[in-house]
Amino acid sequence: MADLVTLPQTPGSRPARRRTGAGGARRSSAHSLNPRLRRHLSAYGFLIGGVLCFALFSWYPMVREFIMSFQKSQLGVTSWAGLANYRRIFNDPTFWTAWRNTLEFTLLALLFGFAVPFFVAILLNELRHAKGYLRCLVYLPVMLPPASALLLFAYFYDPTYGLFNDILHTLHLPTSQWVLSPGTRWPTAAMISVVIAATWMNMGGATLIYLAALQNIPGELYEAAELDGAGIVKKIRHITIPQTRLILSMLLMLQIIATMQMFVEAFILDGGQGVNNNTESVVYLIYQYAFAMSSASNFNAAAALGVVLLVVLGAFSGGYLWLTRTRAHLSRPRS
Amino acid sequence: MADSYARSLISPAQLNRARSKIIYRIVLTAVIVVFTLVFIGPIYFLFTDGLKSTLEAIATPPTLYPHHTHPSSYVRAWDQFSLGRLLLNTLYYAFGALAFQLVFDVAAAYSLSRLRPALGNVILAMMVATLMIPAMVLIVPLYITVANLPIVHINLIGSPAAIWLPSVANGFNIYLLKRFFDSIPVELTQAAAVDGASPMRTLRSIIIPISRPILAVVSIFSLVAVWKDFLWPLLVEGGYNPPRETLNVGIWVASQTAPENMVLAASAIAAVPTVVFFLIFQRNILAGLTAGGIRG
Repeated sequence: MADLVTLPQTPGSRPARRRTGAGGARRSSAHSLNPRLRRHLSAYGFLIGGVLCFALFSWYPMVREFIMSFQKSQLGVTSWAGLANYRRIFNDPTFWTAWRNTLEFTLLALLFGFAVPFFVAILLNELRHAKGYLRCLVYLPVMLPPASALLLFAYFYDPTYGLFNDILHTLHLPTSQWVLSPGTRWPTAAMISVVIAATWMNMGGATLIYLAALQNIPGELYEAAELDGAGIVKKIRHITIPQTRLILSMLLMLQIIATMQMFVEAFILDGGQGVNNNTESVVYLIYQYAFAMSSASNFNAAAALGVVLLVVLGAFSGGYLWLTRTRAHLSRPRS
Repeated sequence: MADSYARSLISPAQLNRARSKIIYRIVLTAVIVVFTLVFIGPIYFLFTDGLKSTLEAIATPPTLYPHHTHPSSYVRAWDQFSLGRLLLNTLYYAFGALAFQLVFDVAAAYSLSRLRPALGNVILAMMVATLMIPAMVLIVPLYITVANLPIVHINLIGSPAAIWLPSVANGFNIYLLKRFFDSIPVELTQAAAVDGASPMRTLRSIIIPISRPILAVVSIFSLVAVWKDFLWPLLVEGGYNPPRETLNVGIWVASQTAPENMVLAASAIAAVPTVVFFLIFQRNILAGLTAGGIRG
């Protein structure tokens, strides 16, 4: 009866469960031949819809992606292609540009999208008024349809009639081409513009999660630090950051995975590629290979690109989880 | 937290000093002003720039408010881009996806939590493991699968099922629901079983009424996800085909050709439903964010 041992874990209900376990067994011998089988069948009945959807739209495509990346398809005939797809994408110069841009976007997005929400959360946590209002404010852009928000930013970024250049002009600062900047040297103005729009759109979620974490820090810790004469900066460094480390490191990983998949921001702001390919991301390249090369749409090369992205992200999250786990383990006695 | 003394970085004693009170007032005012400018400012332009004339919308320097209001661009955007149609499409996709997710994911999570079929733990692990796979990576094989379902060979491209069914494969829903169902005392469902309730009856009369809070969270996030999705609906709903597009894709398609004031009017109209939805459900949405549980 392995399934009875693993029933839900509310400590108080343990004896009750054992009793029914015995009762169930007694009933099963008295009743029909195989109520256990029947129970399993009805359990599968409830499960079947979900399992089918996962199988068709998640597990199978996953396997399919690997298989496809080693195949080629010509005039409807599919055959094995060995590493030809991989050779093709590695020989495509835009492959390396796209990776460079994706990395650049990820680093910039972390600088803005990871640090800014954390300090905004610390600031909001200190305020004792207008809390609900400020929280709503920060989260409001997250609820806009991305196309609305991005079309608005594309309008602000316009080099001739855009609001941002007008503000720079009024302040007597040099104006910019924003997303349409042709430069390709890091950090490109084009990518910074994409990151600003992306941060404005998305920072609400991270900010509110940090805020919840900050509220869970016991006040006594700050008091103890004050007795030791710690100032605000020291309190942030030695209490706020260590106390929220688990959430900080979780969100850092999730955010890196999310930003490595950047697509819609650049797609709507500047068509995806930007000037001189300076905002072309890996996912955009996948999209291009699969859907946008009118004559030579190539699902197999796109699948190979997907596999490369998957392996990189998988290696990253595996390594990250492993690193943070050992560190958490080592520091346990201290905290 | 209730059990520990609620305070934050700056101590209450320090805040009560006269000088600190003044500084606090200044900081508070500055934060309110800056945040309002940064977060409401762009939304203000989103709604007012749609009221400008085509020429005023691209005037240099840009005007801070419409000098001559043209509410007619809203009407024209609504008609020309068939926004009503797009809105209905999006509602249809979003609520259809919600219905499929509620039926299949709740049933699956209930089965995994309470009925515990053989290999249930393996299935659960495989479902939750999909959370690790970034969605964009699978877009190509998913598209090919949806275009020609294995075994049955049905093409779902262009049908709403292309959005509804893949939305069910959501590891996060399963994880949240299963965890919530696990926390419901076993005694309740056992009592129902003793009274002769079938699994279906137990689910309907006990599990679902207790689980309203988590069902609300799952529903809100599922609706918002479909509403905000861009690439998938662009690919599967016969992209560039207004009768089937979502609002989010439709206004992007419109932006390719239309003048700025019309694009902004359309964007503003597209933003209204989600903003209203947020203002109504803000309490649930903000609470749901943390219910998702990065609790280890």
